[in-house]
Amino acid sequence: MIDLIDDDLLPSYTQPPPGMSSGSRLERALRAGKFAVTAELNPPDSADPGDVFEAARPLAEVADAVNATDASGANCHMSSLGICSLLTRAGYGTIYQISCRDRNRIAIQGDVLGAAAMGVRNVLCLTGDGVGVGDQPGAKPVFDFDSVTLLRTIRTMRDDGVFLSGRRITRPPRLFLGAAENPCVPPFDWRPERLAKKVEAGAQFIQTNYIFDLPLFETFMARVRDLGLDREVFILAGVGPLASARAARWMRSNVPGIHIPDPVIARLEGAKNQAAEGAEICIEIMQAVRAIPGVAGVHVMAYRREHLVSEIVLRSGVRQARRVGRR
Amino acid sequence: MYRLRLFATRHARVFEWMYVRLERALVALDPVFARIGYNRIERPVALVERGLKGLMFDCRMCGQCVLSSTGMSCPMNCPKELRNGPCGGVRPGGFCEVKPEMRCVWVLAWDGAARMREAQRISEVLPPVDRRLKGSSAWLRVAREKAEGLRATREADRLAMAEAFPGARESEPASAPLAQEPARAVEGAER
Repeated sequence: MIDLIDDDLLPSYTQPPPGMSSGSRLERALRAGKFAVTAELNPPDSADPGDVFEAARPLAEVADAVNATDASGANCHMSSLGICSLLTRAGYGTIYQISCRDRNRIAIQGDVLGAAAMGVRNVLCLTGDGVGVGDQPGAKPVFDFDSVTLLRTIRTMRDDGVFLSGRRITRPPRLFLGAAENPCVPPFDWRPERLAKKVEAGAQFIQTNYIFDLPLFETFMARVRDLGLDREVFILAGVGPLASARAARWMRSNVPGIHIPDPVIARLEGAKNQAAEGAEICIEIMQAVRAIPGVAGVHVMAYRREHLVSEIVLRSGVRQARRVGRR
Repeated sequence: MYRLRLFATRHARVFEWMYVRLERALVALDPVFARIGYNRIERPVALVERGLKGLMFDCRMCGQCVLSSTGMSCPMNCPKELRNGPCGGVRPGGFCEVKPEMRCVWVLAWDGAARMREAQRISEVLPPVDRRLKGSSAWLRVAREKAEGLRATREADRLAMAEAFPGARESEPASAPLAQEPARAVEGAER
């Protein structure tokens, strides 16, 4: 029970333990050398906190932290700040996702302080999908920052205790900084260097997009190890169960940044129970990435299949179940 | 123009060569620009810059040109205006997530940088754009910044002197001066 409750259950300003940026459960697990699991939460289209807790429950059993997406795919949902505030106070480890698409530097820096005050300890800095793919394509794309300048800005706030303007922050936010990388889209040979740039800007952990193409990911990781990046940043490989061949095809052509090789789709198509096969593929990929040197964990994105997350993680054997606390 | 933009990244090395020389000339001209007044030449220079770079690179006149660090592919043509590399949505074959008919600005940048002498500059973390500078001449800004940097290097010995004799600096500031000297005051020394 206690295991699930973060030290900072009620919002109050605390200093992280020595040698840590935030002391979040995720940071502690990674620094202790445990194979970490994070999972993406499907944000509700509702103002009911109960819906948030319900969405988080199936993930919490196996996840060190739950990702609250920031209007992913440019679709409007409950804000990541709201979700993180609720979940953090209920004792969950959360990852506050910030996309550069919807807010400028003034709003983002203010929100970072607000989130940290609410007890949020992990942040994922993202560029964000274009507005055109979402439910409100007429919106103004902001992109005042990009993911790299966002990382550097939050690191400056945390380590130097100043806003980007140089104005002092009396109590700097204590955050564990993350970024995304997509090893499976062009320009392939630049992706590891781009990762280096994100580390240089302040990234401490990385969550990748979906990995369905293992050879491509292995090549990427080999280069990452050559650059020595696996010793500087914790890399969590993105995985998830595909529902069917049809769903996989749809994702591939409609969701930005998703690369699913044809053999994977063919395997789904040939299966009697496509959903079960999708889960099976996911488990195999988790076991495979677990064996790649430099991979520190997995990030499970099971959109609308959240109920499967615990089962998939436990069956894969990458991690033991934890006892779920209250809620 | 899109075609010329592709051409520019394919010949990034040549454009790098040309720009290095242009920049040197601009920095050398800084005293002249300063005498005429940067304010006075801002508009005509910006007009020429807009025309040339607009044609070659589809320049958006952000005023903070970083073409030499982006393989001669202008990052302001990225629909997300990313300054530090591609997003995760690049399509198969290296096409843009938002404008599928356009090559990803950063795929072109990576290509261009690989052809350049200073290829590693693309790894530098660049700050967010200062939106106030939109429409102003980046050429003149570079001339001022570089000239200022050179001046600062020249001033370093004066600073060292002032720091080595803090008492004299306090009681007789003229014996270890730090303030910017007006051009006429030091003319004699230069001759």
